[in-house]
Amino acid sequence: MAKYLLLKHYRGGPVPVVHLEPMDTWAPADVDAHLQYMSDFAAKLQGTGEFVDGQALSPQGTFVRYDGEGKPPVTDGPFAETKDLIAGWMVIDVDSYERAVELAGELSAAPGPDGEPIHEWLELRPFLTEMPNGEQWTNPS
Amino acid sequence: MDESQLRSLIPAVTGVLVRRGADFATAEDAVQDALVNALAAWPDDPPADQKGWLVTVAWRRYLDAIRSETARQARETRTEAEPPPGPAAQHDDSLQLYFHCAHPSLTASSAVALTLRALGGLTTRQIAQAYLVPEATMAQRISRAKRTVAEVRLDAPGSLATVLRVLYLIFNEGYGGELDLAEEAIRLTRQVTSLTDEPEARGLLALMLLHHARRAARTTPTGDLVPLAEQDRLRWDTALIAEGVEILQQALAHERLGEYQAQAAIAALHADAQAADETDWVQVVEWYDELLQLTGSPVVALNRAVAVGEADGPQAGLRVLDGVDPAVPRYTAAQAYLRERAGDVAAAAQLYAAAAHAANNVAERNHLTRQAARLNAVRSG
Repeated sequence: MAKYLLLKHYRGGPVPVVHLEPMDTWAPADVDAHLQYMSDFAAKLQGTGEFVDGQALSPQGTFVRYDGEGKPPVTDGPFAETKDLIAGWMVIDVDSYERAVELAGELSAAPGPDGEPIHEWLELRPFLTEMPNGEQWTNPS
Repeated sequence: MDESQLRSLIPAVTGVLVRRGADFATAEDAVQDALVNALAAWPDDPPADQKGWLVTVAWRRYLDAIRSETARQARETRTEAEPPPGPAAQHDDSLQLYFHCAHPSLTASSAVALTLRALGGLTTRQIAQAYLVPEATMAQRISRAKRTVAEVRLDAPGSLATVLRVLYLIFNEGYGGELDLAEEAIRLTRQVTSLTDEPEARGLLALMLLHHARRAARTTPTGDLVPLAEQDRLRWDTALIAEGVEILQQALAHERLGEYQAQAAIAALHADAQAADETDWVQVVEWYDELLQLTGSPVVALNRAVAVGEADGPQAGLRVLDGVDPAVPRYTAAQAYLRERAGDVAAAAQLYAAAAHAANNVAERNHLTRQAARLNAVRSG
């Protein structure tokens, strides 16, 4: 029982295996098939009791930072050419790391142009829990 | 209304329905419905006979469920009027329900969820909140689990080991959230010990009580970890410790040692020390030897190395650590601790930082980061 984040990047990560044109240039039926695959995948995980959350993000991001007492925060961006762009995520709750890898692999097989799997890289990140789980000497309980 | 009193009735109510001929999956759903009704209705209008009320409402729900099912299935006739007389009322087959809900064909998370619902008497919503998943996800997890065990006969021989494993998982999950899963695991394990004489069940209960006794001392008010050696032992719950030790002694008297008894024995040795430096580390190591023989677990081997470090000095601990698989979680943290005790501050600081990086939870990561920062400050100061 562990939660994992499946992070979908538009850019960044290892070199893509399949070169993909932007989705807005795909055939409409291919776009439909891709989106359907995504929503079927989420529905399937709801059915297996492994789905926690899924969100898509707008590509319009802004960087924000503190700029000192009494000053408004500084904003920067949006950047058209940032190296890494996160498109969205899904959170799953599964019994093992192996299961998380299996599901990420399945999501990466979403169809692209002509129904061919897009083989996109997905980033898999384990959640940290709040507290240690179980007996260990650093916190012998 | 005493909710835990209400919840403790749930397995027996399911048992009544099953003895009347209901299948487990439908009966369990019906009892859950009755439970949700009770939680809504009882605060204003508590019944005199709580169990009777639950049985009546659950049985009605069960009949509704099979009626609509039969309607779907070409109006097949079924007995639905009077329940057949069940066996003697004293008969408690709750243990069979435990076997069923922790059946080895289930994944750990499914068995945990089903056990909490069917035996813990928790609602799907409460379980979902405790495990931080949407209620719909938890509902699916539970109904899939029930489908998985649908073919298993309720009177089939069961595995107590998997039941205890599931309860141990629930206990270990047990901090934070509205629902106290540790308390819940203790309540259920207590019930299991009333259903079987198996010493490992008592060993597990003793282990839980001894760990739970230290709970208040284990974290600061802001949630930071306090290592065992630095805990304020006056904050340990002496009543729980006394009970845990007594139950452990009952278990050990059977002379059939198991891993929970051995772990509880180690916890009891810690509980017995008035101060950290009064800990009988030699005996702790002996129990780790037993535990390692019983389990062969590399996690136990790691803990044993640290105990050897306390009993025979850090160099001895490091030598034992050399034989432990470095892939074991917290290996680096153990190494950092022993290196620091051996006086190698520079290496220890680096190892603590690496261990923080590998931590799988926030509290431990923060603790290890502070250790690294403390040693780095010593070196530069």
